Amino acid sequence: MKLTLKIWRQKNPKAKGNFETYIMDNVSPKMAFLEMLDALNKKLIEEHKDPVAFDNDCREGICGSCGMYINGHPHGPVPAITTCSLSMRYFKEGDTIWVEPWRAKPFPVIKDLIVDRSAFDKIQIAGGFISVNTGAAPEANSILIQKKKSDDAFDSAICIGCGACVAACKNASAMLFVSAKISQFALLPQGRVEARERVRTMVEKMDELGFGNCSNTGACEAECPKEIKLVNIARLYREYYKAF
Amino acid sequence: MSKVLFSSITKKFVMALAGLFLLTFLPLHLIINLMLLKSEPGPFNSAAHFMATFPLIKIMEIVLFGAILIHISWGIYLQIQNWFARPVGYVRYNKSETSFFSRFMIWTGAIILTFLILHWFNFYFIKLGIVKGNPEDFYSVAHSLFKIPAYDIIYLTCFALLGFHLYHAFYSAFQTIGLNHRIWSPVVKLVALVYAIILPAGFAFISVTLWLFR
Amino acid sequence: MGKLISKIPDGPLATKWTKYKASVKLVNPANKKKLEIIVIGTGLSGASASSALGELGYSVKTFCYQDSPRRAHSVAAQGGINAAKNYQNDGDSTFRLFYDMIKGGDFRAREANVYRAAEVSNQVIDHFTALGVPFARDYGGTLDTRSFGGVQVSRTFYSKGQTGQQCLLGVYSSLNRQIKKGNVTMYPRREMLDLVLIEGKARGIIARNLLTGEIERHAAHAVVLATGGYGTIYFLSTLAVNSNASAAWKAHKKGAFFANPSFVQIHPTCVPQLNEFQSKLTLMSESLRNDGRVWVPKTKGDSRPANDIPEEERDYFLERRYPAFGNLVPRDVASRAAKERCDAGFGIGETGLAVNLDFRDSIKKQGKEAIENKYGNLFDMYKTITGIDSYEEPMRIYPAGHYTMGGLWVDYELMTTIPGLYAIGESNFSDHGANRLGASSLMQASGDGYFILPNTISNYLADEIRVPKIPTDKPEFAEAEKTVIERLNKFISIKGRKTAASFHKRLGKIMWDYCGMVRNEEGLNKALILIKDLRDEFWRDLNIPGEFAELNQELEKAGRVADYFELAELLVTDALNRKESCGAHFREEYQTPEGEALRNDEEFAYVAVWEYAGEGNPHNLHKEELKFEEVEMKVRSYK
Repeated sequence: MKLTLKIWRQKNPKAKGNFETYIMDNVSPKMAFLEMLDALNKKLIEEHKDPVAFDNDCREGICGSCGMYINGHPHGPVPAITTCSLSMRYFKEGDTIWVEPWRAKPFPVIKDLIVDRSAFDKIQIAGGFISVNTGAAPEANSILIQKKKSDDAFDSAICIGCGACVAACKNASAMLFVSAKISQFALLPQGRVEARERVRTMVEKMDELGFGNCSNTGACEAECPKEIKLVNIARLYREYYKAF
Repeated sequence: MSKVLFSSITKKFVMALAGLFLLTFLPLHLIINLMLLKSEPGPFNSAAHFMATFPLIKIMEIVLFGAILIHISWGIYLQIQNWFARPVGYVRYNKSETSFFSRFMIWTGAIILTFLILHWFNFYFIKLGIVKGNPEDFYSVAHSLFKIPAYDIIYLTCFALLGFHLYHAFYSAFQTIGLNHRIWSPVVKLVALVYAIILPAGFAFISVTLWLFR
Repeated sequence: MGKLISKIPDGPLATKWTKYKASVKLVNPANKKKLEIIVIGTGLSGASASSALGELGYSVKTFCYQDSPRRAHSVAAQGGINAAKNYQNDGDSTFRLFYDMIKGGDFRAREANVYRAAEVSNQVIDHFTALGVPFARDYGGTLDTRSFGGVQVSRTFYSKGQTGQQCLLGVYSSLNRQIKKGNVTMYPRREMLDLVLIEGKARGIIARNLLTGEIERHAAHAVVLATGGYGTIYFLSTLAVNSNASAAWKAHKKGAFFANPSFVQIHPTCVPQLNEFQSKLTLMSESLRNDGRVWVPKTKGDSRPANDIPEEERDYFLERRYPAFGNLVPRDVASRAAKERCDAGFGIGETGLAVNLDFRDSIKKQGKEAIENKYGNLFDMYKTITGIDSYEEPMRIYPAGHYTMGGLWVDYELMTTIPGLYAIGESNFSDHGANRLGASSLMQASGDGYFILPNTISNYLADEIRVPKIPTDKPEFAEAEKTVIERLNKFISIKGRKTAASFHKRLGKIMWDYCGMVRNEEGLNKALILIKDLRDEFWRDLNIPGEFAELNQELEKAGRVADYFELAELLVTDALNRKESCGAHFREEYQTPEGEALRNDEEFAYVAVWEYAGEGNPHNLHKEELKFEEVEMKVRSYK
């Protein structure tokens, strides 16, 4: 395949970025999207140009490092996958592909397609934990948990913290991300003990970092590579009102 | 505590409650408006008189205006925050599959507000004595307004937009107050759809009837 | 031999750890705050150690190269985590778990360490549950387990196919709690580029801030490496593409001995290479072999679609070669058999480096729904990657590098041969011998970090309480920093033509071809020459764009590849030295007539421990004899 890439290039956080156009010949439909970028970078380096910087690590859709806004979709047009799992077979000869970094005030661009997502860590540090010291845990089976609750907690816990929800949201809201962690712990008896404190500190931190507000638009749910559901956000609301 | 009171979620919650309250007012207004279809002005005018003088309604009027004020001011405030949350936008328009009307709430809301102000000039401010006119005969005022084609077109457009606004607002408010349920949420969505069609359609029906058939 | 003191406590196996804990030196709580500890890596072992040490009151500084500690590659572990809870009443016990690990490791692991890993496994499960890790549960609300990796009991706790992620997020949450409390300071996007020794003790590191390129000095009273394995030495592996051995290798060059580097586990069921730019191979759970049949065409180069090849023209080679175990032979055997067929020219696909894993017969017998219930998410994952619907046509699979049992040599206290330098998790060598059993890596990594290191490190730090905060302006820091900067500048100044990744890929191919699943003396000797040539070419023709003092991902890669060249030589040397086949290490010269691994306990029942002897000099070999007090060395048999 022959493809035209329009990629956001930005030298550093302060630089003014712009889109560069690259023509890629011989793209195999068997390549993954990031491998296509690897090929582009190899070409750029061999031409003594600066390669495109992008975050990536596990390349199997679980670490949450990668994230690009591809043709109007976080992680590209295919639902329920990350950028690294996006195959080039979803594109066709002659396509133009626009690649942009996540855009949100709390996610400033560092270089090219790399953004600073430390805001997510800060929210987790604020309260995304259960306070138990090593060695203080009771025997595991002394805490009985309904299977349904445990399974629901798991479905919320699989968030990979990639930031696609924020990137997709027209308001750059982090509610889906925050609600996933709140939900996981709210559903488990271990997490109930400090549920009040947790939801308040995490929401407070989220607001402080400058994320937008939730408009219940659902773009986050549509783009989440792990299919985290909007019911989590409703649960976050409930938990918050309970904590009043 | 103040952090909780002024958090994004509390603002959303208050806005949702205010919105839900406004949702209850509209059917009442529609019922009174239906009296415009009668050929004599008596019932409508006495209903309007009742609304303007009955003490309990007077209290509710204050609550209603409070709700409107909060709904609008928090709406604008949150929207400005939302714009600030993404100072640099995308070049490619977002194509995520979303609740379509939710993208335009601030705009549909703004147009509805404009209409509301116009509406106040035509009726409410007369009652308050700010604008000249006879507060005891809104029947005639309404009838003559609906005879102006331009007014009807504005009126119909605004109610179409109100429908869009209401459709998202209705079920969104339920989500915001924390009510999202596997079985009931789809029902709420359906009710929202019915509400968002019937209410504006009722107002539109009156307008079209008075414009074209009276 | 003198330097290898394993510090194993006396007494019966079952009481060693208890006895150790009762007699270990402790640090007064008031003194802990004054003691600084550096932890490198935030996977299961690094993050759990950081949080446990933070809870104790030490001042911890934790580093990771990713943008967030939550991205460490423990996140990708699928299957589960073992513990000897005996919740199934199936006769499990600490001893049985220990024995399975020792035997699975083909009697090349240290008895006392393995026993202790089994011993703390139950505490690990308790702790994860308390942290809110959503392990699978039964309808009665108790924890569920599954059997895994061919052992006879059901002791694997799991969270669907994402156990690693759930455990990692658990330790990430406890790490966050300590960060909030101020006990741990987190330094993300930092790469450790050298270890600093002062008077022979580990006292700090030189790190590069990957965002700015700035070189930083960090001092501490002790340094803990939790840097994972070196499986990406094969370039294509199941590891994250940025996983690397550099921190461990730098420590090795400063005096930490490296043990059993050639023990590398190759996983048989991975998605094969699809194109020449492929960057990694994704693991597909080995449970698939329960219902999938492995086959290749009987005719060489048969390019017909799999479904068009009639039954009589298919070679179910595992069933043919191992009639008793069939498709369920252990990982190493399955991997080698697939390689043998592909090398003989029967492989499928454009590359010829893949075999079929066919579910046709199982679907016919059990129905599509039954297969979907068992493997639905794996089939989906496979389809996402390849576009192939495995309900309709066979999966294509091929082995890939997965886990490294070898690593830095540590004693019973998990301390390396450098005083004050510890290695935990996959980065050490101690618990898995020559082959790791499924679901025991999460167990070992979290056991090391949560329960073992926090107990053993005080034995060292108790003598350090009078050492004041270590200043970073000491000449040792300046010296190490200078070396680091010179090396980075050298990469940039070569200004050749080839990318770091292209060298990595070529090195990986050499390692895969000559030091992968099957090894022989001739191939290993050839590999040594090829590695050296490629290494020379690297230092001649490397092309690193951009500058030193900026975010420069190519520069990061160059450093890692350069270290891999050196480690590759040692890995091959170790494989040459070990003239036996054991576990994942298979030397063609040493096999039974049936093609099984032939161990040589007379000569090789030792840990090969390698000491760096300076640039250009061959490594010195030390041997830690393996004495088994409570188990008897037996031959692993699958027939």
